[in-house]
Amino acid sequence: MEKFTTLESTAIPLPIENIDTDQIIPARFLKATNKAGFGDNVFRDWRFHKDGTANESFVLNDSTYSGSVLIAGNNFGCGSSREHAAWALVGYGFKVVISSFFADIFKGNALNNGLLPIQVSEGFLKELMNHIQSNPDAEVTVDLENQLLSTPVGDITFDINPYKKTCLINGYDDIDFLVSKLDKIRAFEALIN
Amino acid sequence: MGKTLFDKVWDAHVVDTLEDGLQVLYIDKHLIHEVTSPQAFEELRKRNISIARPDKIVATADHNTPTVDQHLPVKDELSRNQLNQLAENCKLNNIPLFGLGHENNGIVHVIAPELGITQPGMTMVCGDSHTSTHGAFGTIAFGIGTSQVAQVFASQCLLLQKPKKLRVNVNGKLKSGVLPKDVILYVISKLGTNSGTGYFCEYAGSVFEDMSMEGRMTVCNMSIEMGARGGMIAPDETTFEYIKGRDFAPKGEEFDQKVAYWKSLKTDADATFDQEYWFDAEDIQPMITYGTNPGMGIKITENIPELDDASFEKSLKYMNFRKGASLVNQPINYVFIGSCTNSRIEDFRVAATFVKGKQKATNVTAWLVPGSQRVAKQIKDEGLQSIFEEAGFQIRQPGCSACLAMNDDKIPEGEYCVSTSNRNFEGRQGQGSRTLLASPLVAAATAIEGKIVDITQN
Ligand code: SF4
Repeated sequence: MEKFTTLESTAIPLPIENIDTDQIIPARFLKATNKAGFGDNVFRDWRFHKDGTANESFVLNDSTYSGSVLIAGNNFGCGSSREHAAWALVGYGFKVVISSFFADIFKGNALNNGLLPIQVSEGFLKELMNHIQSNPDAEVTVDLENQLLSTPVGDITFDINPYKKTCLINGYDDIDFLVSKLDKIRAFEALIN
Repeated sequence: MGKTLFDKVWDAHVVDTLEDGLQVLYIDKHLIHEVTSPQAFEELRKRNISIARPDKIVATADHNTPTVDQHLPVKDELSRNQLNQLAENCKLNNIPLFGLGHENNGIVHVIAPELGITQPGMTMVCGDSHTSTHGAFGTIAFGIGTSQVAQVFASQCLLLQKPKKLRVNVNGKLKSGVLPKDVILYVISKLGTNSGTGYFCEYAGSVFEDMSMEGRMTVCNMSIEMGARGGMIAPDETTFEYIKGRDFAPKGEEFDQKVAYWKSLKTDADATFDQEYWFDAEDIQPMITYGTNPGMGIKITENIPELDDASFEKSLKYMNFRKGASLVNQPINYVFIGSCTNSRIEDFRVAATFVKGKQKATNVTAWLVPGSQRVAKQIKDEGLQSIFEEAGFQIRQPGCSACLAMNDDKIPEGEYCVSTSNRNFEGRQGQGSRTLLASPLVAAATAIEGKIVDITQN
């Protein structure tokens, strides 16, 4: 997993609520057996018409907006547990998603792939979304060590589990940790059997 | 202070607690399928780690499988490759696989209960969000991402924050024609799609006590659609009776010992929840969804709400419905009875009772997809197959099918499908398809009439 420390970037606004993982990556693209290439199909059916031509009205096709930060409406990542959604966002180049609410499984999947979900209040999200929509060149800064999100509409601190933070900063994941616990796990197994 | 059912099962599986509150949770059963496992096997190979407990894993092929001609090689190359990869990974690692054509094959959340693999008090995971289904047995069961599949492979454990606790109580007697699917669609329509996020839900009250195991599975299955990682119902005589004698269930004295333990898995009277809701069975009627998330449901007799909200309007535009309109008499060309929500024998019995002696409407394509080989066999043995075939329904072979449309079972662009599945997201049943979620009874009635009808009038 790639390490995450700080990030300074412009942002892409996607003011839609309840974006489910089927929209982030439709099921027909889940036939791969590795993690590569999902970025090409992120938001596939919003980005492209059925005949394969680009949907010019969708924000990812609007060259005014760019950057590795996605700002999305409430309840982002609901629905299917497919981690392919996180792979698709990371593959496309996103490093941070800002929303007022994240679905549980998506949040875990994102963190396990070095994609940082930042939860902000609904009011803050609205202000930030509006500002970025009318000022596409505005930048946001994320400082993970200090859990600080700096934006043109204000600076705020965000929550993250301390263990998960260490993992992101160092590029570790839970497999390393759990394998280091195998003795304890074996002892537990002996106890319950 | 007393413990909830959830506390009792969770606490019995904690291997370790870290300083910041994260816990190492032991997993009793790990179910896998072809779509969310290959990258996890690959991860372990890359790190040279072996699978900790292959004996605690069960594999099936379901998401990406054809529902016709299953005896022939799978036509689609990518799908075939994914299925072969699963078979190879299982073989290399000594994992039992119920592959395509096997007598135990079917949708992962249908086969594990019917084989007696799912048992009360267990912790179960699967790389699939509807793992919540197994909570019907008083099991902590939840969906995980592929990184977590790899974690369970490597350690038989997960590192987790214990979720908060939520209880949904429904008391009273359900009206005739109101099925478990209507109960859960009603609850989600009242609470919304993210009300359960961060929580594990317990369903309590006389409605769930009176429900069959299959009905309880339908309810727990959709817990994730209100955001809850899982849902549970306390095990009781109905549960024990269901498990008894199934292939992988404990037998004889061991079964009796287990039952004695399972009986202790009840929320104590003085236990508390972080959030609690109450509903009356009498208020529930047959439901249908009109929008693009499972919370957008109404009673069939109600009109679509009139909200001024951009996401709501986007959803109605996709569905091509108007605010304030009624769905009754809306023409429908596709009906799908299947998916891990409603593809068990009781679902087909209910549908068959309605369909018997009638003909489907000529405009309708009606697909019935049993959840497993065993259900398919039961449909035949009980004589339901001929009822459906005489009425013009197509019975296909088991699998997820049009629930997620990874195979060829796709609803064409712009068409409406009344479906017994669990998700009505944009394009879920095929690019541009429009899904209306409902019970098997409403789906059967739609197929006969070719349009949405108010079944409470029958
Ligand atoms: S039937 Fe649908 S919801 Fe159930 S496991 Fe298959 S794809 Fe998922």
